[in-house]
Amino acid sequence: MAAKRKNYTEYELSKRRRDLLLQAAVTLFALVVLAVYLMPMAYGVITSLKTKAQTSDPGAPVWPAVAINFEYEGDDYDVLQVPTESGIRHWALVKKGRRASEFIDPANPAAGVIEWEGNWRQLEPVREFDVQWDNYPRAWETIDFARLLANTLIYAFVTMFGTVAASSCAAYGFARFNFPFKNVLFMVMIGTIVLPPAVTLVPTYAFFVNVLGWGGTWLPLIVPAMFGNAYNIFLLRQYFLTIPREMEEAAQIDGAGRVRTFVSVILPQAVPALTAVSLFHFFFAWNDFFGPLIYLAGNRDANPITVGLTEFNGLYSTETQLILAAAVISMIPPLLIFFLAQRVFIQGIVVTGVDK
Amino acid sequence: MDMFTEFGTARGQAKWSLRAAFRLTGAQRDEAKWGLIFLSPWLIGFALFYFAPMIVSFLFSLYDFTLSAPDEARFVGLENWVRMLARDPNTWETLFVTFKFALISLPIGMVSAFLLAVLLNSKHLMGRNVMRTLFYAPTMVPLIAAILIWSRVMNPQTGWLNQMIELTGIHAVGMDGLRWLDDPNLIYLAYTFIGLWGIGNAILINLASLQGVPTEMYEAASIDGAGWLRQLWSITVPMVTPVIFYNLVLSVVGLLQYFIVPWVLNLGSGYPEGTTNFYMVYFYKQAFTFQNMGYGATLAWFMFIIGLAITVLLFWSGRFWVYYAGENR
Repeated sequence: MAAKRKNYTEYELSKRRRDLLLQAAVTLFALVVLAVYLMPMAYGVITSLKTKAQTSDPGAPVWPAVAINFEYEGDDYDVLQVPTESGIRHWALVKKGRRASEFIDPANPAAGVIEWEGNWRQLEPVREFDVQWDNYPRAWETIDFARLLANTLIYAFVTMFGTVAASSCAAYGFARFNFPFKNVLFMVMIGTIVLPPAVTLVPTYAFFVNVLGWGGTWLPLIVPAMFGNAYNIFLLRQYFLTIPREMEEAAQIDGAGRVRTFVSVILPQAVPALTAVSLFHFFFAWNDFFGPLIYLAGNRDANPITVGLTEFNGLYSTETQLILAAAVISMIPPLLIFFLAQRVFIQGIVVTGVDK
Repeated sequence: MDMFTEFGTARGQAKWSLRAAFRLTGAQRDEAKWGLIFLSPWLIGFALFYFAPMIVSFLFSLYDFTLSAPDEARFVGLENWVRMLARDPNTWETLFVTFKFALISLPIGMVSAFLLAVLLNSKHLMGRNVMRTLFYAPTMVPLIAAILIWSRVMNPQTGWLNQMIELTGIHAVGMDGLRWLDDPNLIYLAYTFIGLWGIGNAILINLASLQGVPTEMYEAASIDGAGWLRQLWSITVPMVTPVIFYNLVLSVVGLLQYFIVPWVLNLGSGYPEGTTNFYMVYFYKQAFTFQNMGYGATLAWFMFIIGLAITVLLFWSGRFWVYYAGENR
């Protein structure tokens, strides 16, 4: 009996050990995958803090660094890593020669010129850690980020209020009322999600630009957003369906009309869903590229961040550090909002895509 | 229920009868009136920005019509359609490019999303919530920023991607190494990598679906002696097929309109060797660069027809491989 119990605990112990090992292995594996997956982000941030020279130098270290100089008798000289009999020394190259060069030891310049035999071209420069924070204000100014940001934010907020208002109205209509052809209309609405926007684009473009003369303005992008959007309507409808009808009935008994009931009973109950939809729209607007590209063509003052960044990339393609700095700036607001509001946000994505 | 399931339910319940509309009682009529009032923003928007433009778009396809000279518009019948289908080699070439890319990037993207969801759902994973947030984070990076970062990280010499691959012992760095964005054989893989930064929603939906699989099923399978891989294939995969289906339909529709990556990287020049002449890029050039409204509308309508055909095909095929719990078959 006693032996049996001992065996059992041993089994339990080995199971626990196995679980712990499995836990370590799975977590380690996830961390490796995550490191590879996020690597470009680290690359973007770190490279945005380098000098232009370092971004195009394959031999440079991965961290932001600059080659150091030594001032000797009024001139600047590069400090190189020089192999000598007593190990690698950091000396400043004062006179370049093909077979032999002359160096100065910055630690002891009074000792004078040191002759070194070998090809100086094969020597690596001495670098020190140096972060170019300055790239950020430079990128901000070069790209005129304040203007791009203002354009993007105005577009995002104006259309956010419009689309959320219209979508919640329509969602309420689908969630609570019976009317002829309701199911057909609902199917048509879902159908618009898989409709390629290109098929409606050409006449819409011709109408906005040629008939209304809205080319170069944001109006062709703002006006259609004021009528809601199928994703948002679907998400809000799903949420409204979960709100008990009793509350509306009570409000109606108190004499509230349909609109009043919707505004003062339903909307306050649906704050999480409304937040999710607002966030989705904000991210959509922040990313919107194709619409601004075709409608704003020719009016660079109206550009949003996306189009501005793309033009910047075309004009300053060799200034890698500035382009990456601008890219990093443009990803900070969405990432920040996501980290702060992720619970509501994730719930919203799950509602549209999963059977519950 | 997800959108497509609701779509099916609505289709099952749809009453295609006008007569019913006239047989409403007073209270029903009042309800219908208010329903339509609430629905009106979307109804008006649908009529103005979906229904009417679709019809007009088809009419445009029957005209030879340049935006700069609208007065010279000329009815040409099916001339644009004949040109597109029979005489313009670009139509089929750009469609081929689009499908080739889709065949590479779709499976990689969908399998990655599924496997990452399995990983993030593992009970052995420590710090699951933090991990989930971090794996979702790249999806929040604006696509343009992602493209700019990836285009540099894939630089053959200074990019970290090649330097990382070099660390594993494979030669990658340098002009004779892996030139992701210049090599026609690697370009689709490179674009797929950029796309992997956008699979966060697919991961989340997969994850939510995995959490809905009853644990008893795994316990029962475990007692029957099924290993981890067997359980994954025989329980997990079938249970998440609705989500895979949902992601598949949305991805196919999205890939037909693949535009931003080739546009930002090389302004739709097709570099390298025409491998990035996607259908949408060609449509953009015809419609907006050349302002060729008639031919542009024809290309757009053709895209719509192809998209519709694929969607219908997928929905039809779904009957054979999508598993809906609680349905008797």
